[in-house]
Order: sequence, then structure tokens, then C-alpha cells
Amino acid sequence: MSENRTKEQSTNRSLEHRLSEKSGQLLNQKVKRRSFLKGAVAAGAAAVAPMGTASAFSFESFFQKHYREMTPEDKKKVFARIQRELKKEYEIEVSISDPAPISGVKFVYALNLSKCNGSRKCVTACQQENNLPADMAYITVLEMPRGTMNVEKGNRYYKGESVPKEGNYYLPVQCNHCENSPCTKVCPIEATWKEKDGIVVVDYDWCIGCRYCMAACPYEARHFNFKKPKLDASTINTSQSYLSNRVRSKGVMEKCTFCLQRTREGSYPACLEACPTGARKFGNIYDPESEVSQILKQKSVFVLKEEINTVPQFFYYFD
Amino acid sequence: MARYIRFWLNMFKESFSGSKTYYLWVGVLTALLLPGIYSYYLQLSQGLVVTNMVDQVSWGAYIANFTFLVGVAAAAVLLVVPAYIYHRDDVKEIVLLGEILAFCAMLMCLLFIAVDLGRPDRFWHIIPFIGRLNFPQSILAWDVIVLNGYLLLNMHIPGYLLYKLYRGEQPTRRYYMPFVIISIFWAVSIHTVTAFLYSGLGGRPFWNTSLMAPRFLISAFAAGPALLIIIFYLINRFHPYFRVKESVSKLLITIASVTMPINLFLLGSEVFKEFYTNSSHVASAQYLFLGLHGHSTLVPYIWTAIAFNIISTIIFVTPVLRSKTSWLLGGCLLSILGIWTEKGMGLIIPGFIPSPLGDVVEYTPSIHEFFICLAIWAFGALSYTVISKVAISIVSGRLKE
Repeated sequence: MSENRTKEQSTNRSLEHRLSEKSGQLLNQKVKRRSFLKGAVAAGAAAVAPMGTASAFSFESFFQKHYREMTPEDKKKVFARIQRELKKEYEIEVSISDPAPISGVKFVYALNLSKCNGSRKCVTACQQENNLPADMAYITVLEMPRGTMNVEKGNRYYKGESVPKEGNYYLPVQCNHCENSPCTKVCPIEATWKEKDGIVVVDYDWCIGCRYCMAACPYEARHFNFKKPKLDASTINTSQSYLSNRVRSKGVMEKCTFCLQRTREGSYPACLEACPTGARKFGNIYDPESEVSQILKQKSVFVLKEEINTVPQFFYYFD
Repeated sequence: MARYIRFWLNMFKESFSGSKTYYLWVGVLTALLLPGIYSYYLQLSQGLVVTNMVDQVSWGAYIANFTFLVGVAAAAVLLVVPAYIYHRDDVKEIVLLGEILAFCAMLMCLLFIAVDLGRPDRFWHIIPFIGRLNFPQSILAWDVIVLNGYLLLNMHIPGYLLYKLYRGEQPTRRYYMPFVIISIFWAVSIHTVTAFLYSGLGGRPFWNTSLMAPRFLISAFAAGPALLIIIFYLINRFHPYFRVKESVSKLLITIASVTMPINLFLLGSEVFKEFYTNSSHVASAQYLFLGLHGHSTLVPYIWTAIAFNIISTIIFVTPVLRSKTSWLLGGCLLSILGIWTEKGMGLIIPGFIPSPLGDVVEYTPSIHEFFICLAIWAFGALSYTVISKVAISIVSGRLKE
């Protein structure tokens, strides 16, 4: 293993990719012995499987592996199952993609608070792109009285018609994709982790719904499906990815993924595209010519709750 | 093997023999399980939406009760140490009742965690080596290990001793003493780890205090003896022949008369730090003790709890009062209720209010949460009644091979 790792570091990108795939397979061989043990717990588990879910209890989904332990064949089966289930329930054809982090890329967000006018266009675009029900949003826009930077003084329930209001500025908050992320640290089962490109993701099929990450997050970025999300079949975004915007089940956590289904394919996140004022900037911090790199160099940027040392990758600035 | 199976059959039979009072008590507890089972069925089919928890207040009555019960389990050590280390014969006679209490409290803790999960069907993900336990990073992973470990320890020790007594054999020291020693440290660890669960979160200033673990232990060693005193009183009152010696209660009173004032002192230290500093982090404490922006659901509860704790402390430190049974039992009850409120809802809920982005959303348990909590408490009381009844029959030689 250690030899593999040193090789991995010294070779070029495509080889690195192949090797990481290979070590993934090795890992899978190692964990095979687990399936024997799993038989023992299956019977008991059948008894506690949630009743009334769309799909009846199936051994296939019960024993589904953690995303990072799946082989390409496993993934194919799992994605097909997801497609089948959505077809059955909503009568829609969806595609389930699985874009990998691009090496040499680390995503960073920058938001110009001088421009944000509190229209919440980002919020609705995000809900649409990421298949969120109307009562859940990854972005919370705070109406902040001028003179304070303390987010606890913000009001998220402001009426949207007459923005911006005199004497206020608007502060959108979403997942900060922290370098030192408390949510991934506390998860008891590694159901949430930080990817190589800096994006914090959740394996919705692994999460047990203990909500410890929610208690740990200082930005209210994590959201729990207290019930089955209510979605309108006609407006579901059928272009879905496993780790981001596919339809979630009840009882699991979810959060902003920087629209990885778009950004890893070279597009901007939905919130950025929907922003009417151009306040939102997104890009690769490893590229010195990128817009975000320039902003971080030239503006006095700041992050929320810097004192907790979560090291957010979401920066704010005024200009 | 056949002998061992017969041992279990005999114990099973024994659990069904008893007086009318016993049957009535067991019947009432069983009846209390039913609404909870129905509510949990609803929770399974509809999701945690049947509770009053929301994104802002994401833990509620389940986790509050869990926290309190970890303390009850840890308190068993107060009998284990005098019995096994200081060889107090009077305590040795009843130490099994303490270990069984720890076992039952642990069962209740695990049930409270189980009902709090959004996807209980995926429980196998937390089993070490089979799932993907995030050890040693996640304190919750530590909790999984220490709680289940403590459950096993308190299953093995009384289980082994009872089996030997039942067969009329002398127990082999090396089959239980090492575990007894481990369980003493383990008892401290379960409540420490549970405190670290909260105090390790930088984003929740109300919980982010180094006093959390000491407060948890001290309050456990105050409410624990109070609960044991009540249990021993009930056994002496209702059990046909078994009597717990009065000197055991005396020992527990002595312990509680030290821990109760310390518990108040630690509470005072927290209150001072919050309100004298008066930083923006005072908001949660303000919500709890005074109310915040017109929201004050918890205020009457916390002041009642503090009043209960003060009254029970006065009773416990005043010899004239604590020597009267009715005063003593009243003091025990007030202490349990006070500490249950203070370190249950009084600790968990303000941690979420105001939310990290300043939202104030109040929480009171829903009817379903109430029934599920009640059912788990009833289940705990039921298992404790049945197991300790059988244990007493074995200890007193009425049930043997």
C-alpha cells in the first residue's frame, strides 16, 4: 500500500487516477469478508426498516456499500436502482452522473456584499437545480442592519418585494466548504467528507440521520429531511448526480455541494448564474488567473465566524 | 449448555411469579409501552416530522433523556467502589442491584439514540469493522464504543456472579474482578465522552465549556444516589423478604450531601461566567434563564429546577431533615427532577437557541415524542423490576439449581 502511495504522488494525473481506482478495488477485496458478517444483522434489520417508503425493503439497498468502497460495477448497479425507483415513483427518466474531482482544481466562492440586493434569486435557482422541496433551501439570505457584521443580528424572514431596503445590506449564507470542517469531523460513520476539490459531500445512502453534523455546523448549512421531500414530478431536474442533486429520501442530511454536477463539468453553480447583480464569483483557487484568485489578492476578503477556525472556502467582500 | 439454558428458563419462570402488587406494577408499565410503540410506528412511516424538532433545534427530548440516563448508568460506580474495593459487606449484598441499574439505564440510552435516528435501518453502519465507524475522529464514535462497552461490562459482571450463586459455586475472582476494575474507569468515561460530545463543538458557545464533563459527573453522582435511595426504599417497602441495610442509604446520603452542593457551585460558576462577561455568547444563557426577544418557554422550568436543587441540597446537608424518611424521599425526588431538567432539556435546547445565524425557534416535545419517551422510561423500569426481582431471588438463595 505504502509503495502504491509514493508512486501515486510522483506520477502524472491520469496514472494517479488509475491508481486510486485500483487501490479502491483493493479496498473492496478487503471488505468482502464483511458481507459474511452482514448476514447476521440482516434479519434484525428487516424489522426496523422504515415502513411506507416508496420502495419496499430490499437487501440490495440495505447492504449498499459506502460510496468510497464501491467498484465501478457496484456504482452502475446502484445508479440503475436509483433510476428505477425514480421512474416508478415519479414516472421520469433521470440520468445519474458521478463526476470525479478534477485534479489541480480547488473550488472557492467569493461574494460581493456591495452588490447583493437580497432578491433571493439564488435561493430559488438552487432549489430548482438541486431538487429541493419548497420548504427547504441551501442558501439563507440574511437582511443585516448596517453597522454590524454579527450574523446573529440578521433577519432571514424579511419580505422579498422591496429589496434592497434602506439601512440594510444582504448576506447570503450557504455551506462554507470549510477546510477544517466540523461536520465531517463529527460524523460517526464517515457519511460526509471533503473531496479533493474542496467540496463537502454526503452519501445520502450511507447517512443514518443522527444529525450530529447539524449541531456541529456554525453556518446552518446542513439540512435534514424530517419527512419525505415533496417534489413535483414535472419540475424535477432529471440531470442528477449521486453525490449532489439526486432526489433524497427521508431521514438523511443534505447540503450545498457547489452544484458539483455542474461545476465539475465546467459550468457555474446555479446560484451564480441566477444572480441578477453579478455579486457571486466562483472558480479555481489553484489557477492564479481565475477571477476568485484575483479577488482574493485584490480585495479585503473576510469569512464568517473566523474565530472558530473552520477555515471557510466561501469569502465575502465589499467594494 | 443444557444447564445454562435451564438457568435462563428458571429465571424466566421466576419473573412471572409474584404478588398482586408486582403484577399490577408490571402490568401498568407494559400498558405504558403501547402508546409509545404506536407513536414510533408513526415516526418510522412519516419520518421525524412527527416530532417537534426542526433544522434550528435538531435534537430534543430524546437526546435530553439520553444525557440524563448516561449519568444514572455512571452512578452505579458509587456502589461498585465501596463493594469491591473497600469490601463493605452491606454494599456487597446489593451491588448487583446497582450494576443492573447501570445495565438498564444503558439499554434506555441506546433506545433513546435509536429512536432519534432518521434511518435506524442503517444501524449496521456504526458497527466497528462492519460499518465505517469514524474512530477516533468523531466523539460520537467514541460514545458508541464506551456505551456499548459499559453495557457489556454490566451484563457480564452481574450475569456471571448470579450464575455462580445460582449453581451454589464460589465465583472465580479472575473472571470478574478485572472487569469490575475496568468498569470503574469505564463509568467515568461514559459520562465524560457524552459531555465531550457537546463541549467539543466550537459553533455552539453554550456547550463549548470545559465545565461540561465535571458538571455531568457531579450531577450524576448527585441524582444517582437519590435514585438509588428511592429504589432501595421501594424494595424494602414492597419486597416480601429482602431488605437493603440502612447503612447503604446512609453511605449514599453522605455522598449526595457532598455532590449536591458542588453541583450548585458549578452551576453558579457557569452562570457567573456567562452573565458577568456579557459577551454576545450570553444569548443562549439569557434564553434559558431570562428569555430572549420575548421567547421564554424554558424560563419557568429552569428556575423550578434550580429551586428543586437548592431545596434538596438543604435537606441533604441538614441532619435533622435527612434523617426523616419522608423528607429524605422528597429531597431525592426533587433532586432527580431538578437535575433531569437542568441537564436534559435545560442543557440541550438552549444550545440551539439562538441558532448560529441568529434565529430563535422554540421547542417543546410533540405528543409523539412524549409517548415514545414515556415508553422508553417504562421499558427501563420494567426491565429493572424484572431483572432485579430475579436477581434478589438468586442472591437470597430462593432460586437455585
